[in-house]
Amino acid sequence: MSGQAPAAPRSGLEEQITQWRRWVLRRSTITADDAAELEDNLRGRVADLAAAGLDDEEAFLVAVRRMGNLDDVSREFAREHSERLWKQLVLVPDTPVEGSGRRRDLGVLVALAIGAGIAVKLLVASGDVEVFLLNAAFAVLPFLAGYFAWSRRLPARVAALLVGVTVVVAVVVNLYPYAMEAGTTVPGTTFVLTATHLPVALWLLLGVAYAGGVWRSHTRRMDFVRFTGELLIYFALIALGGGLLLALTLAVFGVVDVNVEPFFEDWLMPFAVPGAFLVAAWLVEAKKSVVENMAPVLTRVFTPLTLVLLVAAFVALVTGGPLAAVDRSLLIIMDAILVLVLALLLYSISARDPLAPGRPFDWLQLALVVAAFAVNAVALAAMITRIADAGWTANKTAALGLNLVLLVHLVGTGWLLWQFLRRRGTFDAVDRWQTSYLPGYAAWAAVVALAFPPLFGFV
Amino acid sequence: MHIDKDLVAASATPLVLGILADGDLHGYAILKRVGELSGGQLQWTDGMLYPLLHRLERNGWVTARWGVSEAGRKRKHYALTPAGREVFSERQAQWDVIAAALKQVWDSLQGPTAHGPGLAGAFA
Repeated sequence: MSGQAPAAPRSGLEEQITQWRRWVLRRSTITADDAAELEDNLRGRVADLAAAGLDDEEAFLVAVRRMGNLDDVSREFAREHSERLWKQLVLVPDTPVEGSGRRRDLGVLVALAIGAGIAVKLLVASGDVEVFLLNAAFAVLPFLAGYFAWSRRLPARVAALLVGVTVVVAVVVNLYPYAMEAGTTVPGTTFVLTATHLPVALWLLLGVAYAGGVWRSHTRRMDFVRFTGELLIYFALIALGGGLLLALTLAVFGVVDVNVEPFFEDWLMPFAVPGAFLVAAWLVEAKKSVVENMAPVLTRVFTPLTLVLLVAAFVALVTGGPLAAVDRSLLIIMDAILVLVLALLLYSISARDPLAPGRPFDWLQLALVVAAFAVNAVALAAMITRIADAGWTANKTAALGLNLVLLVHLVGTGWLLWQFLRRRGTFDAVDRWQTSYLPGYAAWAAVVALAFPPLFGFV
Repeated sequence: MHIDKDLVAASATPLVLGILADGDLHGYAILKRVGELSGGQLQWTDGMLYPLLHRLERNGWVTARWGVSEAGRKRKHYALTPAGREVFSERQAQWDVIAAALKQVWDSLQGPTAHGPGLAGAFA
């Protein structure tokens, strides 16, 4: 672009502009397109100043000055394009984070991870599986919340509120007199519902700490969504590696006939699993600039595959004769499919540049929404009459309720995506719908975890 | 004249929307127009215009499309959308209220102080 400037006196200017462009592009919140736009401005300004009698050198200097402080400008770009901000750790390059700060950060995290390990170990030591299942989230998530509270200097009022809510919920769910399955020592459905829905509610509560108390902010919520997706991937990777390591260790000790399994079960796992979880969280926090986000890349791969799965499921449901076995397991499968589809949508939306025009991939996503909706509608229609006949158990109500909560999210996303692709709406609206809907999940999970046991007589 | 930062920020959106209501423009042309309209008094930091334009675009008030400048370089042109036109007329109404109120304040102050009581009496 700059190499072959024809006239000799101009080449100096071209050289300067090229250097300036490089300097601008070093800021990761400014893309090549933004730089081109700024450069066009710079050239326009230089040309006008030169026409007014300044020489190239002077005109360039004045034009650069008029452009403003690049740190401020790139910060402004970052504020406007939060999806770019996510990819970089520091707002402005060339101000390296002091190594000691990073180390202290890690030190706090390791201490918290050990704390979580001790809490989990105490739960395991209680020897009661139900107590463990009900409280595992309480043993780990507060430590992660503590890390966020520390790293984001959470206001004391918000911290106190979070601790208060968590303590009340913990006391309430542990005091509930859950009934056992008739004639066994297996806990009933309301216990299972509470144990499965509670972590979701607590996770979204953790989002308040993640957002540093500013939980109403759209961008903070979106960051929490990104954080969640990346955390799952990191945790899965660490778990895979750790599992391989454990298997090899077991095999080696097996050869020499030393049984290390009790040690693994009693001591290693209670510390390793929560530890891996917290380290994964720290990695997501620390790596942002190091690699491109992984979740959106995975969504690219799995969106078309999931669409194929949904079309196949739709054909199977419609042509496969009467839906004989429609019961709660089908409902749960449908819920799982909707969760998968929404996760795919959410993570690609969270990484998408909201200014980019409609692309084929957006249409693919819309197709995914429509297919998921069609499959779900067929299954739901078959099930609702049966459920109405057989009566509303806690389990079916929870599964159906979740289905509706997911469906509203899906239909809203599909509608806004359709509006966007027809140029009737903006992608920003799609974006905001996602984060506005998040509290809906927290509310539903809290209702199932806290209100269902008393409503259904603790069975 | 130095103009207060908050005032510049508050007037930026209606100014850009109003300038674009007149026709599509690229970024630097918008800046030049701002200079002309204010007789050179209002000088924005050039770089700050672009994040603002991107925000207007995200809100769906303007659309952008890449074109080519006279010199054959990439250049982004901005155009007002119907939604942007609506926002602009809303803003216009708001600013009219503010301008009218301010004008009354100026007038009531200027009456006695600037011209003195005698002159004011002579005009009445």
